[in-house]
Amino acid sequence: MKRVLVIGYFLAVSILGPSIAHAMHIMEGFLPKEHALGWFIAALPFVLFGAMRIKALLVRQPERKMLLGLAAAFIFVLSALKMPSVTGSSSHATGVGLSAVLFGPAISSVLSGIVLVFQALLLAHGGITTWGANVFSMGIAGSFVAWGLFKGARMIGLSNKIAIFLAATFGDWATYMVTAGQLAFAFPDAVGGFWAAYAKFLGVFAITQIPLAIIEGLLSVVIYNALTQYQEQGLVDLGIKEVKE
Amino acid sequence: MKKQNIILIILVVLLAAFPLFTQKGADFGGSDDKGKDMISEINPDYQPWFSSLWEPPSSEIESFLFALQAGIGAGFIGYFFGYLRGKKVGAEKTCQ
Repeated sequence: MKRVLVIGYFLAVSILGPSIAHAMHIMEGFLPKEHALGWFIAALPFVLFGAMRIKALLVRQPERKMLLGLAAAFIFVLSALKMPSVTGSSSHATGVGLSAVLFGPAISSVLSGIVLVFQALLLAHGGITTWGANVFSMGIAGSFVAWGLFKGARMIGLSNKIAIFLAATFGDWATYMVTAGQLAFAFPDAVGGFWAAYAKFLGVFAITQIPLAIIEGLLSVVIYNALTQYQEQGLVDLGIKEVKE
Repeated sequence: MKKQNIILIILVVLLAAFPLFTQKGADFGGSDDKGKDMISEINPDYQPWFSSLWEPPSSEIESFLFALQAGIGAGFIGYFFGYLRGKKVGAEKTCQ
């Protein structure tokens, strides 16, 4: 009976409630308090370190301010566009891979944090209480995967373009893998525990995100191509591109 | 470079449009709503303990805000590359 009531409640809320379409990010209030607080504490040092890095970058290379704006704008655009996916549901990309490659994961986590605050306050997308968890999955895990893959791909001799494609694609995908893990950690399955719940949440996010992750990879290469044409010095200064002989 | 970008953008459009044709009749609901459903399936007793401070009053307003977000971002990207391109063309002209 209780179950019926609760499901009925959720149905009523989802039908009558003013919020209609959401895409990803853990929604407001949908992590238990301890988890919400834990992820907030986990995310905070990265964001603070990133803020220091931004300050240092703007002192050392003030001409890179525009490029930083570009990276932020890219996250803004991609995380606002919800696209259809092969599973018949829709979701959005993150745009974080590009900034992680250009400026490193710490700065990238700050940019994600800003976008997530904006979306939580104005769009009821994600949430203030789940901000820490969402920053952790998108801004920190996603950024570190993207940044690590970029470095790794270049180390084994892949071109910058391929490296950026891989970084942005898998960074995006990793974000959702981590989101699924955070949810499974908070809501373990009554029978199968964490792993059974993880499989269930992956079922929601993993396949849906594949085409979107590839789209993010391709668009990141588009921006990189345009940068090599018009802002080569910026790429050289950031250590992305070698100076041409 | 330009040619490659055009090809990449066409690929993006195809990838984004593809599901609309293969998944006819699907509702294309958001994956986080599905995540929420999964939470209530695993733990039916869970009650969200906090709700959004403000929510867009209708899906139209919500789309407006999402479009605004994308527009602000896209506007800056356009400004950035337009500025650089103009600077480059200007520099080439003065050299001649």
